[in-house]
Amino acid sequence: MKAPPFAYLRATSLEEAFKLWTGAGPEAKLLAGGQSLLATLAFRLSEPGTLIDISRVPELAGIGMAGDMVRVGALTTHTELGASDLIRQHVPLLAEAVPLIAHPAIRNRGTIGGSLAFADPAAELPACCVALEAQIVACGPKGERRIAAAQFFTGLYATALKDKELIAAVEIAVTRPGERSTILELARRSGDYAMAGIAARAKVAAGRLVDPNLVFFGVGDRPVSALRAMEALAGKSVTAGTMAAVNAALDTDLSPPADQHGSPEMKRHLARVLLARALDRLTSEEEKRAA
Amino acid sequence: MSTAVDISLEVNGERVTARVEARRHLIDFLRLDLGLMGSHTGCEHGVCGACTVRVDGKIVRGCLVLAASLDGAKVETIEGVSETGEIRDLQDAFIARNACQCGYCTPAMLLTAAELLQMNSRPTRQEIREFIAGNYCRCTGYHAIVDAIETVAAKRNGKAAP
Repeated sequence: MKAPPFAYLRATSLEEAFKLWTGAGPEAKLLAGGQSLLATLAFRLSEPGTLIDISRVPELAGIGMAGDMVRVGALTTHTELGASDLIRQHVPLLAEAVPLIAHPAIRNRGTIGGSLAFADPAAELPACCVALEAQIVACGPKGERRIAAAQFFTGLYATALKDKELIAAVEIAVTRPGERSTILELARRSGDYAMAGIAARAKVAAGRLVDPNLVFFGVGDRPVSALRAMEALAGKSVTAGTMAAVNAALDTDLSPPADQHGSPEMKRHLARVLLARALDRLTSEEEKRAA
Repeated sequence: MSTAVDISLEVNGERVTARVEARRHLIDFLRLDLGLMGSHTGCEHGVCGACTVRVDGKIVRGCLVLAASLDGAKVETIEGVSETGEIRDLQDAFIARNACQCGYCTPAMLLTAAELLQMNSRPTRQEIREFIAGNYCRCTGYHAIVDAIETVAAKRNGKAAP
């Protein structure tokens, strides 16, 4: 289908972006990579009146260090994220997530800022940012503020961004020694949105998981932190007894809605399978290093 | 506010200037405005991959890119890479392995395969399948397509075809 008519304006600086956005009326939308927006326009799910292209705003581009944080500019494409040495070295979870996101042609265009702002509950990067305790750098006409990723996603396709606020960057603390992370998902076809997925992070010491952080995606209206399961797992090694308690806790953490993929019970099952596999990866990696 | 946008870009090595409707996606621009019919529209919402073309050297979904956003860009289509001979070996292998069938997905498959082989000169069959997973072949001729790509990878590495 064809998108409805709209006007197109291109911003070449952040200042210009806000000026155009403020002048363009309440329905105007920002265009970055466009990999979700243009599909929704083709379905005529929204009629923005005006699109403001921010894909060439230099302030929103690039990956670099900011103190002991890695700052990932909002316009960083998934392909750039996966190819970045800084990301591989300091935030390996994000590099591991990239091959799971859609397909190569989409990864060449789609951006991290777009993925976070769109806030699809089955998307990988929102869950990774929650698991990494990332700070979302929101920028409005009057300057920046930082929002913890866990507070950023407020519901189905909903975020804590205010009117005329955009995502400028994501800031993530560098991986500390002993810290492990992994991401897994189950999808019917490679590149599809996940039926269920997990981004997991923990410090592993002598086979025990310290400060585990378990964030599920595709099982709720936003990334879901499995707080009770994390509590049941903290300080423990992965034994049958631990897993029984963790899985029981996980059942109370999740209340997945039925969707086109299956029933809530099926999603709960997938979440348990993913959790077991993720913990296996986190701990067996340690054994391999010790060997 | 006007919905027309003036753009100047390079398409298959030639400078093109045009006034486009803002909502015009790249494939409609190529097909309807420039008459380049090798790029195909399929689902028009980013799922089928039939519209894969190159922008600034990388493959994209042409239906998920606005022509208006491409001022200054370099676009390459199947017509362009056919003319330069860049993917002649891939095209020959697709013919030899009967990897075309109806041909609808073929131009996009070829451009996707070309990018894979640029990035990974020795892909496994699994890696080939993974990379072309975003390109649907409704004839379901995937096996022959994987064969063709594998053949080219082997030949480019100076080995006999598998």
